[in-house]
Amino acid sequence: MEGTLPSRAPVIRDDALLRATRRRRLASRLVAHAALILGVIIVAFPIWMTLVGSTHDAATIGRGDVPLLPGVHAAENYAIAWNEGGGRTRTTPASTMLLNSLLMAVLIAVGKIVISILSAYAVVFFRFPGRMAAFWAIFITLMLPVEVRIIPTFQVIVDLNLGNTWAGLVVPLIASATATLLFRQFFLTIPDEFVEAAKMDGAGPLRFLRDVVLPLSLTNIAALFVILFIYGWNQYLWPLLIINDRSMETIVVGLSKMIGRGDSQNDWNTIMATAVLALLPPVLVVALMQRWFVRGLTETEK
Amino acid sequence: MATLSLRDVRKSFNATPVLHGIDLEVADGELVVIVGASGCGKSTLLRIVAGLEAPSSGQVVINNRDVTGLEPADRDIAMVFQNYALYPHMSVFGNMAYGLKIRGLPRAEIERRVKDAAEILGIGALLERKPKQLSGGQRQRVAMGRAIVREPALFLFDEPLSNLDAKLRVQMRAEIRRLQRRLGVTSLFVTHDQVEAMTLGDRLVVMNAGRPAQVAPPMEIFSRPADTYVAGFIGSPAMNFIPATLEEGGASARLPGGAPIRFSDGPRPGPAGMPLTLGLRPEHLSPGEGPDSIPLAVELVEPLGSETVVHGRAPGGLAITARLSGAFTGSALPVRLPPAHLHVFNAETGRRLDP
Repeated sequence: MEGTLPSRAPVIRDDALLRATRRRRLASRLVAHAALILGVIIVAFPIWMTLVGSTHDAATIGRGDVPLLPGVHAAENYAIAWNEGGGRTRTTPASTMLLNSLLMAVLIAVGKIVISILSAYAVVFFRFPGRMAAFWAIFITLMLPVEVRIIPTFQVIVDLNLGNTWAGLVVPLIASATATLLFRQFFLTIPDEFVEAAKMDGAGPLRFLRDVVLPLSLTNIAALFVILFIYGWNQYLWPLLIINDRSMETIVVGLSKMIGRGDSQNDWNTIMATAVLALLPPVLVVALMQRWFVRGLTETEK
Repeated sequence: MATLSLRDVRKSFNATPVLHGIDLEVADGELVVIVGASGCGKSTLLRIVAGLEAPSSGQVVINNRDVTGLEPADRDIAMVFQNYALYPHMSVFGNMAYGLKIRGLPRAEIERRVKDAAEILGIGALLERKPKQLSGGQRQRVAMGRAIVREPALFLFDEPLSNLDAKLRVQMRAEIRRLQRRLGVTSLFVTHDQVEAMTLGDRLVVMNAGRPAQVAPPMEIFSRPADTYVAGFIGSPAMNFIPATLEEGGASARLPGGAPIRFSDGPRPGPAGMPLTLGLRPEHLSPGEGPDSIPLAVELVEPLGSETVVHGRAPGGLAITARLSGAFTGSALPVRLPPAHLHVFNAETGRRLDP
């Protein structure tokens, strides 16, 4: 539009000013990028060190000067870690521990999702005496960290003879206030009309859950699965307490057990190889489910 | 196919009465419109018929069967919701078929019914789409299709047109009417829109504060409103109300200015001096000078093209609206009150006074 005006004020070209502005802009961009690059280095450096460490032999690392570039012993380190177990003790192979961790993490994530969907469904869609009391009871457990109730929980599990079992490992970690709360918030956004239309259609509560609520919750379930899988994968204290059988050891616990205390020298190369292996499944889950994950956390449109 | 009877249906929410005893008989194939301002209890009444709310007392009888204690699905009814309530993750076909699937109808029968309904509604090409991909009017059709495939005894409409734009609303209104006639299904239609009510209904139930103020065919409601609420609610612009008193003998009323106005259809019962409310629709005020004309000071002129709405004030300060054919300009408008179009109400009870 401006271009069609008959008399236009001549553009004042102040080259010095223009250059100064450009320079300022460049400088601020440089500073921002420098800060970002520094951040990336700080975050990525330990992972790089682990990766590098897993490719040298034990002696190189043992000497104390830590190399910054990859070595040539990657294949044998990973083979040892995978088949025999890392560290000096070499008891449980990483393959077994990875499988154990995978099983534990999936069971915890799925269990938490099932339990919290059911409890949120009850709290949101049903009117029963003590409904709000039940909700607040769930909510208040949020305030208690796992560690606070770990002694009584341990006692209960041992009394039930569930020590060293998958049930004993997984069940106490399944009850989840956070997931219940998230699903409750999501279910509250489902319009009442859907419930009423379903009533008209003759869908009972379970049918409504299966045919309407679950399909609408898919992205939320996916997002929560990612979070809960990583939560389960990283469990340390509880598996450490409840599992003594080395064949059931999870990788996070096994990893810490590899590091000998006292004066004995550690086989850092295989330990780091195990650490890299322990890192892969959660990274994979996030990478594969990223699209769903982001949609589940940000999308409100139905 | 089916009749509906409501017998003394009452409803209170936490000791707040919302419905004060509704009795209604709906004949087979009839379309009854429940109309009223928001908060008058019309939606609650519909939801009680649907079974989504339980009445505090009273009975809902469909086809001579007391359904008061039954679940919505067991009442042989179908409902069209205000915002359609289409399941967003199901296709149009899935939405329409869902209720039938739950009832365990054979696959072929479901497909036949859905195809037939889609044909009637002109949405046959949309069956694979998701509700998100439809326009407002199309969603409205799908919502109706979902009701039609059930082949219910009773249709319930809960303000189904209020989410459409004005043009589409007029079109869908006619379509609903045509469809209801064609299918001959007894229907209950809730709306706050008096035009919708007048054009759709075989009969209207005008609700006022939880009571049916009048139950009658549309034209009777318009020409013989039972009380001042109905008179003011139906008709646009709203009816003019003029306070007056009954003259000795009941044959005429005295206007605030002192002028008498004679009832053309006979004397009203009541003592002399009884306060009255006279009602006159804006289109019935006739402009023109005369011994009994009221000079209006014009405040606002709304030209509507073929006619003009003039808002003015009578000498006493009373607001009067007149609807004139053609255009109007000027600052004063003398109008006469034609006795033939006069509605007479008792000022205290608001009830209509007939000769």
